[in-house]
Amino acid sequence: MHARTLGLAAAAACLAMPVYAAVVLGDAAGSYTISQAGSAIRFTIGKAGGGGFDGAFARFKGTIRIDNNDVGRSKVDLTIYPESVGTGQGRIDAFLRSDAVFDAANSPEIQFRSTSVTRTGDTTALVTGRLTARGKTFPEKFNAELDGLKGGTIKFHVTGKVLRSRYGMDVGTPLYSNVVDFDMTLTGRRG
Amino acid sequence: MQTITNTATRYGWASIVLHWLVGLIFIGQFILGFVMVRTSSQRTAFELIQLHKSLGFLLLGLIILRIAWRLGNATPPLPPSVGTLERRTAPLAHLALYAFQLALPLSGWALVSVSTLEIPSMPFNLFVMPNLPLPESDAAESFWASAHWYLAYASIALVALHICAALRHHFLLRDSVLTRMITPSSAGE
Ligand code: HEM
Ligand code: HEM
Repeated sequence: MHARTLGLAAAAACLAMPVYAAVVLGDAAGSYTISQAGSAIRFTIGKAGGGGFDGAFARFKGTIRIDNNDVGRSKVDLTIYPESVGTGQGRIDAFLRSDAVFDAANSPEIQFRSTSVTRTGDTTALVTGRLTARGKTFPEKFNAELDGLKGGTIKFHVTGKVLRSRYGMDVGTPLYSNVVDFDMTLTGRRG
Repeated sequence: MQTITNTATRYGWASIVLHWLVGLIFIGQFILGFVMVRTSSQRTAFELIQLHKSLGFLLLGLIILRIAWRLGNATPPLPPSVGTLERRTAPLAHLALYAFQLALPLSGWALVSVSTLEIPSMPFNLFVMPNLPLPESDAAESFWASAHWYLAYASIALVALHICAALRHHFLLRDSVLTRMITPSSAGE
């Protein structure tokens, strides 16, 4: 009974997918401004012995440009203000803002500038770009999945892993993993 | 081989090495603890605290070994020249020192276990030391932090008295009390 319902739902989803993608290609093109409302930039760092700690950046800005003919020429720019980091534990937030980690006073921005966008599926793409934090720049990759397109609003779910040691933020390894797992929801509004 | 264990007149190497090893790390822990909470660089402070925890767990292991050795060995009585007052108080002072040696690492361990920061303990980055099964809360953390603080300062006051007593024996009374804690052969005859 349940299995059949699930099977039907899956079949329906498969049928709907190409239609959705086709709609997207035509309609999504344009420039979007990332809005903080409806967006979230969350991260998780694993801990020795299990578990981890989660945080999020409350303030950021950016743009998404989707090219009409060639998705590969689309662009993403994202600026995060590390001062706005929040983990739910004030002492950890102060530590993250300090020169032990982000040094937010001297490096108030973390920037991502995409260099290429490669489609990996109907609604997914691999976004490669240059991440700059604390004056150090390295190439990073993120997986983006289209999560909705309605009116002038587009929504992506973006995930990726960043090695923090490269940006001079290796404090606490190996107690805390070097790998930062990003999980973002980016909502853009046209214009 | 015979000089490893204690005899009726002198300390053996095991007691001596454990005394100085523990003594050195213990005083080092006090200095490290004092410095780390006053360090302005958050990064350095974090790393010093992890070192303080690593050394604390090492100390806990050495102290358990030391107490086991002490319980399983004869303890040489004080030389006959030592007066009655000290004959009565010295064992009490030593008992208190043993109690501090256990209480400090345990209170430190309790402090990190109940801390809402949930920072894992990984002695010398070798393995994850589990937390004590105590419920975490800000209140419990500040309780154990002050317990640890009072224990640290009280113990270091007693250690200072202990060192003064040892120096007094050596330089003023010129007896064998200090030398017999340095090598097994030079004392007790
Ligand atoms: C398992 C062993 C130990 C652990 C895990 C431990 C842990 C800690 C921690 C986490 C702090 C910071 C407390 C705060 O927030 O202010 C601290 C402080 C301190 N610890 Fe320990 N500790 C241990 C053993 C010792 C020992 C053996 C001593 C020796 C005296 C010691 C002396 C101190 C001192 C002096 C401070 C600073 C207190 C202050 O000035 O505020 N600790 N310890
Ligand atoms: C670094 C300076 C120190 C000196 C010069 C010193 C000296 C001595 C001496 C001479 C004795 C032998 C007493 C006797 O024969 O009855 C002794 C015993 C003892 N010391 Fe120390 N000590 C020092 C540091 C410490 C520290 C830091 C601790 C622990 C926190 C400590 C704990 C003890 C204990 C528990 C005994 C009794 C040993 C037994 O069970 O017989 N000492 N010390």
